[in-house]
Amino acid sequence: MNADNIILVKAEDLYNEASRLRYDAKQPMDYLRDIVGMDWGEEGLGALYYMECTATGTRMVLKAVTADRDNAFLPSVCNLWKTAKIKEREVFDFFGIRFTGNPDMRRLFLREDWKGYPLRKDYDMNSNPLNMENEENADVTEEYTLMPDGTIKGKENVVFGSEDFVVNIGPQHPSTHGVLRMRTSIDGENIRRIDPILGYIHRGIEKMNESLTYPQTLALTDRLDYLSAHHNRHALCMCIEQAAGIEISERAQYIRTIMDELQRIDSHLLFYSCLVMDMGGLTPFFYGFREREMILDIMEETTGGRLIQNYNVIGGVQADIHPDFQRKVKEFIKHLRSVIKDYHDIFTGNVIARQRLVGVGVLSREDAISLGATGGTGRASGWSNDVRKHHPYAMYDKVDFREITRTEGDSFARYMVRMDEIMESCHIIEQLIDNIPEGEFRVKTKAIIKLPEGNFSTSVESSRGEFGVMLESHGDKYPYRLHYRSTGLPLVDTMDTVCRGQKIADLIAIGGTLDFVIPDIDR
Amino acid sequence: MEIKKRTDIRSMKYEEFRNNDYLERMVKQLNDDGAGVIVGTADELINWGRSNSLWSLTFGTSCCAIEFMALGAARYDMARFGFEVTRNSPRQADMIMVLGTITHRMAPVLKRLYDQMAEPKYVVAVGGCTISGGPFRNSYHVVNGIDKIIPVDVFIPGCPPRPEAFYYGMMQLQRKIKVERFLGGVNRKEKKEDSK
Amino acid sequence: MFDYYNLEPVLMWIHSTMCGLMPEWLAFTIEGIAVGIFIMVMYAVLAIILIYMERKVCAAFQCRIGPDRVGGRGGLLQVPADVIKILTKEIISLKNSDKFLYALAPFLVIMASILTFSCLPWNKGGEILHMNIGIFFVLAASSIGVLGILLAGWSSNSKYTLIGAVRSGAMIISYELSIGLSVLTMVILCGTMDIQEIVAYQENGWNIFKGHLPALMAFVIYLIAGNAEANRAPFDLAEAEQELTAGYHTEYSGMHFGFFYLAEYLNLFITAGIAVTLFLGGWMPLHIAGLEGFNTIMDYIPGVIWFVGKTFFVVFLLMWIRWTFPRLRIDQVLILEWKYLMPLSLLVLVIMTVMKVFGLVF
Repeated sequence: MNADNIILVKAEDLYNEASRLRYDAKQPMDYLRDIVGMDWGEEGLGALYYMECTATGTRMVLKAVTADRDNAFLPSVCNLWKTAKIKEREVFDFFGIRFTGNPDMRRLFLREDWKGYPLRKDYDMNSNPLNMENEENADVTEEYTLMPDGTIKGKENVVFGSEDFVVNIGPQHPSTHGVLRMRTSIDGENIRRIDPILGYIHRGIEKMNESLTYPQTLALTDRLDYLSAHHNRHALCMCIEQAAGIEISERAQYIRTIMDELQRIDSHLLFYSCLVMDMGGLTPFFYGFREREMILDIMEETTGGRLIQNYNVIGGVQADIHPDFQRKVKEFIKHLRSVIKDYHDIFTGNVIARQRLVGVGVLSREDAISLGATGGTGRASGWSNDVRKHHPYAMYDKVDFREITRTEGDSFARYMVRMDEIMESCHIIEQLIDNIPEGEFRVKTKAIIKLPEGNFSTSVESSRGEFGVMLESHGDKYPYRLHYRSTGLPLVDTMDTVCRGQKIADLIAIGGTLDFVIPDIDR
Repeated sequence: MEIKKRTDIRSMKYEEFRNNDYLERMVKQLNDDGAGVIVGTADELINWGRSNSLWSLTFGTSCCAIEFMALGAARYDMARFGFEVTRNSPRQADMIMVLGTITHRMAPVLKRLYDQMAEPKYVVAVGGCTISGGPFRNSYHVVNGIDKIIPVDVFIPGCPPRPEAFYYGMMQLQRKIKVERFLGGVNRKEKKEDSK
Repeated sequence: MFDYYNLEPVLMWIHSTMCGLMPEWLAFTIEGIAVGIFIMVMYAVLAIILIYMERKVCAAFQCRIGPDRVGGRGGLLQVPADVIKILTKEIISLKNSDKFLYALAPFLVIMASILTFSCLPWNKGGEILHMNIGIFFVLAASSIGVLGILLAGWSSNSKYTLIGAVRSGAMIISYELSIGLSVLTMVILCGTMDIQEIVAYQENGWNIFKGHLPALMAFVIYLIAGNAEANRAPFDLAEAEQELTAGYHTEYSGMHFGFFYLAEYLNLFITAGIAVTLFLGGWMPLHIAGLEGFNTIMDYIPGVIWFVGKTFFVVFLLMWIRWTFPRLRIDQVLILEWKYLMPLSLLVLVIMTVMKVFGLVF
């Protein structure tokens, strides 16, 4: 049993308790992993705060509950962690809990005229029929303040005033990597403020999970961040295995690790292609895709899928590796090492590319941690946050690899971190590929899996940051609540911080280097 | 002028296509209405141009968009068919390829984009999500099939479809365009019960 | 000397024959209409060839095949198919746009392009618009294009088009300086503004060899600035697909968009054509001093082939640049012009003047 240890705090003490932990002398909990909204029925609404100390790696969970369902209020912690601002909006959107002190209490994923809060257990699924009216976005947000006498006062904050020249970038735009919409206030070519509007691909996966059995929930993870399909599924499988106490074979661990790294190379190659295309150079795009197709071939032989593979299952993997797998992987790595120089020749060394990337969009280490910008983005700012190093899973504690970090925090550093990670992934695969042990690739599991009561969480290093699974089980064959920590949501949240004062063209380049995938943000 | 019954596509036999009956029905309708020789010949030329120059609007919402990029990349190279010119402005596009799930929030946007496009415009629904809602059919925020919002010309099933499937779908669209009429009446606006 | 392919006597003969058959004003009118149609047809044919070339060239750079299905193995009919499609496509009129300017803008762009196009020296005696300040006229006419772009962006009443148009305006007006200065450098070298005489001056050697170092620098500056004038990557900020969806012509559809599209490619050709005229000898054949036999053989190749061949070579160079470099940012574009290219071209102009005065050119 590896259930999370949860500390229950009273709603009114939440801010003080969180503040004490955040500024603790010994191990400050400076990284807020996620806020998971919860509907405990009779007990009331509430939220779980997953936090981590970046220095020691210690993780803690706080739980706050409010019994009043109609007027649910919790104190906001957005003064302590910047990422809390957008995460609290998400909780408000899904559960209707208002956070006092958060300056921006608009809906995050759903339309502003949406009725009800979908992730509450008593939500009527048919209460919002398809509305084909064009959506109007309000330029004001609401802020709630808790008065000393216990009453709540509302106040309006202005997002864009009448003097702002607001350009809509998205939702249908070639360079937002999906259907992200950024309302951008500009002054000439300079950006004054960005207000990301999400939810154009919000598919309600977390709500759907609550009516699916555990093996069924796996199918949806691949569609979250389709470029980290293996990682996402790996995290969920690990979480369920951990809760159910299933030990998987070493062979399966090896295969999962190799597949994860192949997926990472695949995703980073696509990152390269898309970044270059966003910056207007079309030819290198084709180079990236040329090598990516080779990975897809290898994966297709074993898993049967090109993009969405459905390969990891509870207890191991779906099928054994193809007999040619090892040979082809080795050939591919040899080939990749020989062509990666071309990539650098045509783009990294290019004077225009450097001018566009170096010193642009600097994200400081403090901001990266406070905003929860994990993955390559955080590592480019000097924040060592690789889950594979700090909380090893699968085979990562047995292989030797380097965590790539840089200190500049600009677009170029973000780009170089990912390019170097390609080589590091090759290095990991080379250590494993010849030593895959014989044995079962999948242990037998019961047809219906029931997990014991408790909260479980795992995290993996996906292609673009820490992907977390937060699961609450009430001993049923369905999860009571299954939440995914989105890798991209904090990254989109950093856009406003990073882009202010830059040019429109930089906005596109910065978006490319942050490397987010929208379906993973909206879930 | 009698319109040919068969719409040929290079390197694929007529019998190898499915849904030929649908096209034959369109041809029959055209022949029943009748057209002059000159108008008919001009129509054939126009249809040839249109079917070979399908510029798509880049409209990717999720996974299928990545496969569409793979379609454009070197191995599958849709430039061979002349499809490679993707326009980002709906005004200049000939068809909208809906790649990925359409949610309630996106639906009005999709409709608006469709309305912004210039005639002739075609819609290709790619992937399970756009056809029926796919794996997200039971969700509270997903449109169960974009044919509820805009008229669809070709469905390409898959999750996501392979690039080869994209090609098959595009060829079907080409075949469909080849039996249209530009001068003197448009036969695209079929009655609801016929468009199954 | 080679006069084998001089077109002037032929054209004079046609003119005098027609004057004998009808009054002179009628002859002029008929000739004018014929020449107009000829220009239009040439324009369209060249655009088709250029678009096809661009597709094949970029495919080659990108490890692809490019069009190969429509019209035989080579995909030769791909572009005509596109043209037919675009001709029969709906032209959308916008509700809140300035309708007159919106309709006028594409014609301004195409008109500027055609006017410049008709100044190109195709052959000896084969220039359509011949005047003694020809190169000045080219510069003046090509500047009308930016007006069309600005109007297109303004009248569409969309933020993307407006940003694209303003970018384009700032950029083209800046780069016109460098173009003007590098053209002026060559005018100083040749001592004339007449395009035919500039070509004739290069009979014994192309300007790029005659003017050696400053001419070479002027050539490079001209290519960079000309690329910017034609709104081609890495200077395609006005369109900037990834930033502004389609830039200033976002709201245009059908043939109106087609005009912008054609003008882009023809401007590429014109930029290359002017570069060839000024620096690479126009329709003059390649001569190497001392190789008489070789020179005689070269003389037998018609001037028009020389001109078109050289122009397509320069077009290829520009395409190569386009498909290699990522796009610049607006401030970098302006910095490049105002801090580097403009001072440099002024310097080149001074050097060229000094060298011409002291007879240091060949």
